Amino acid sequence: MRLIYEKSVKGRRGFKLPQSDVAKQQEMPAQYSRKCKANLPEVSELDVVRHFTNLSRMNFSVDSNFYPLGSCTMKYNPKFTEKVVNIAGFLELHPLIPQLLGGGRLTQGALEIIYNTEKLLCEITGMEAFTMQPLAGAHGELTGVMLIAAYHKSKGARRKHIIVPDSSHGTNPASAAIAGYDVIVVKTDKDGCMDIKEFKQKLNEDTAAVMLTCPNTLGLFNSKIKEITDLAHDVGALVYYDGANLNAIMGKCRPGDIGFDVVHLNLHKTFATPHGGGGPGAGPVGVSKSVVEFLPVSRVMKRPGGALYLNYNNKESIGYIAPFYGNFAVILKAYVYMLVLGKEGLIRASEYAVLNANYILSRLKDYYKPAFNKGCMHECVFSASRQLKNGIHALDIAKYLIDKGVHPPTIYFPLIVKEAMMIEPTETESKETIDGFIEIMIEAAKLAESDPKKLTTAPQTMPVKRLDETKAARDLNLRWKSV
Amino acid sequence: MTYIPHTKEETKEMLDAIGISSIGELFKDISPNLRPKSFDIPKGKSEFEVIEHMNELASKNATYLTNFIGAGFYDHYIPAAVDAIIGRPEFYTAYTPYQSESSQGWLQSIYEYQSAICELTGLDYANASLYDGGTALYEAAMMAIRVTGRNKIIMDSGVSLIYRTMLYTYTSNLNIEFIETPVVHGQSSRDEIYKHLDEKTAAVIVQNPNFFGAIDDHSDVIEKAHSFGALAIMSIYPLSLGVLKTPGEMGVDIATGEGQSLGIPLSFGGPYLGIMACKKDYVRKMPGRIVGATTDKDGKRGFVLTLQAREQHIRRERATSNICSNEALCALRASIYVSLLGKEGIVELSKLNHDKSEFAKNILGKISGVEVKRSSPTFNEFTLVLNKNADVVVQKMIDKGFAAGFPLGRFYKGMNNYLLVAVTEKRTKEEIEKFAETLEKILCG
Repeated sequence: MRLIYEKSVKGRRGFKLPQSDVAKQQEMPAQYSRKCKANLPEVSELDVVRHFTNLSRMNFSVDSNFYPLGSCTMKYNPKFTEKVVNIAGFLELHPLIPQLLGGGRLTQGALEIIYNTEKLLCEITGMEAFTMQPLAGAHGELTGVMLIAAYHKSKGARRKHIIVPDSSHGTNPASAAIAGYDVIVVKTDKDGCMDIKEFKQKLNEDTAAVMLTCPNTLGLFNSKIKEITDLAHDVGALVYYDGANLNAIMGKCRPGDIGFDVVHLNLHKTFATPHGGGGPGAGPVGVSKSVVEFLPVSRVMKRPGGALYLNYNNKESIGYIAPFYGNFAVILKAYVYMLVLGKEGLIRASEYAVLNANYILSRLKDYYKPAFNKGCMHECVFSASRQLKNGIHALDIAKYLIDKGVHPPTIYFPLIVKEAMMIEPTETESKETIDGFIEIMIEAAKLAESDPKKLTTAPQTMPVKRLDETKAARDLNLRWKSV
Repeated sequence: MTYIPHTKEETKEMLDAIGISSIGELFKDISPNLRPKSFDIPKGKSEFEVIEHMNELASKNATYLTNFIGAGFYDHYIPAAVDAIIGRPEFYTAYTPYQSESSQGWLQSIYEYQSAICELTGLDYANASLYDGGTALYEAAMMAIRVTGRNKIIMDSGVSLIYRTMLYTYTSNLNIEFIETPVVHGQSSRDEIYKHLDEKTAAVIVQNPNFFGAIDDHSDVIEKAHSFGALAIMSIYPLSLGVLKTPGEMGVDIATGEGQSLGIPLSFGGPYLGIMACKKDYVRKMPGRIVGATTDKDGKRGFVLTLQAREQHIRRERATSNICSNEALCALRASIYVSLLGKEGIVELSKLNHDKSEFAKNILGKISGVEVKRSSPTFNEFTLVLNKNADVVVQKMIDKGFAAGFPLGRFYKGMNNYLLVAVTEKRTKEEIEKFAETLEKILCG
């Protein structure tokens, strides 16, 4: 499809500005003005609407396709949440209003939403307090690691490294490193969990924290998790919970009860806020009692009379990690989702997410090699290693799924599984949809034997065929330019 | 309501296929001692009840005030077509376009967004977005440190205090030396910046317009920074670039900014949009996702996420940043917004903001008890010095139906009587006159 820039016609307009009701003022002095106009497209409103509508139809999305993308929890995003964020009382509220003298009373509704969401997340995770400020999961991780650093600093210790398992999300080691820590990696044992023996060897008084995902990225719940948190605490280290996989365990166990000190959640995963083509998300961070005092400012607090206010007054705080109170509209969607699901709904969400994943695991294990020979939690990981002997890679299976109208699973992650395919169906998908997916996967496994070319030449039905990624990285073309 | 479609029969069939008799068995790895000590969550409600509750909470928020607050976050009009397109689930319920063939719509949209940011900033390349203007500025500082291998940053105090505080938070455990230089008569102090510039300096950070609304031409500062091998970073207000001299024209190496002004609602602080653009030479050190054009097997143009070897999912602890989720949907808003405005519209809108703001400045300057700071030109925001404490004046103005501006005493020592006032295209002549009249009554009362 042509770029919107390539549809530009000189003199065409897409939006009428209000007539100026004030006299024309002196122009901006030349020294401070741009010399040529920005070459933005000249198009009509219909041009714009049709252009983007047609582009939208070139995407897979949860509303149009099954999207079993592992580690991403692509569950259905209930429509009423969109309605709620568009209420003018939220949409048009300036974030600086509550910071004005006498402004707090003007934003009580918004502050109540933040306050209540924090309380609900505390109960779901067993943590003492939450900050809603982090703007994405990885941003929550960075915040969490800075909280850990502040905690150790208050104890008079610098501590040098953070331990992560080799199955961890890439964001874990990246967050630890940019916060100034060395990263020590522990390998995964034959049961798919962090190798305890190696962990013990690497854990010492220089360990600031160990970062874990539970269930882990192999979809497995580590039954020795308490032993790990205890071992870490014994040397004075903290334990970090990457909440990417919380959708597996709501009402079944809580990180706070197991001894985790800092957790981040992804509201755009477990709490059904839409992923928006890559964002915005929200990555609130919860902490145990010993870490509360370091939380970023501001914090929403309640006065004895019940009025809510923003507290900036905390010398121990790590400071500002976001301009305001987090991605408020995302928090709002997650809040109303929790209100509608309620206790039973949240528990059932985890139960059916796990049921769906295990159903896929049991029905596909004769066709693809499971990464581990046991049940899983909310996602299952296969290796396309059996297909490899016919020259078929996980990528080929993924591209075949696209032709069949299914978004592929996460592939080549976790890195420790050869030709990994990580499947997370979520609870909102019906048996019928999942059976359809299973049939396509079985078909692909059979084609790998009988007609591998069908897979290696897929997709055939999309606007483009396989794209040359090497060329993209070598001959950089990252923007339109006028000729 | 749970959004779970399974019937009892289907659940049973699935359990049978797995070879177990109850869902509970799936959680056997979680031993009894790991079970929740409590899970006290209220019972679920209907969609209707929750919406009623939300309407009630929304009514406790004062969005009826006539808004003159900006301070980096502005009340601009958003054309209906932006919301209509953003409301398409094919955009908002998709995820990161890792699978390019089934994400061409998203990928092309991001490529077009990158193009728009390059056009606005006058720089070579832009990324697919960062979280907000503050985190973008932090990422730019880290990028300059990576590029130069140095660790000293000179930062003009005309940079938003919110952003400066964020930078200090993020770098507090890293070995980075920050020097803050003062604003003199509304502009960056050349003397102070030059005094500290040396061969250890990684970057000089400025903001244009600065936090006080003042416009500067930083070309001289940037040239000087370059002469020491330092990079120049500028935090921008993208809408103002309809008329203002671009970072590119001034020689800036990395421009960042808050993109909220480009069709994104205020929404009590987010989600917003972190903009980042840079010169060609630094693109491989840039954080965040980047979309590039390439061709498919038949030679047809298509788009992919590119230069991924910089990113955390490949490079892990050696990545340029830990960012994964970004603000794609907000970037799409920005792209639709500037497409609707177009080449001429953005200039006119910028001028309209400037005209309204100049008009307000003139009539406010005439009322007693107000001094307008005029040492520098401004775009759509300016500083007033009042004869009374600005906090108290703003409080009184709220009762008269105005969000009168942002009192600077909260962020700057000794500026208790200073008020920062923003005037966008949405403010009418009548509102501005009423504002001046009301302010005068309060100041002289």
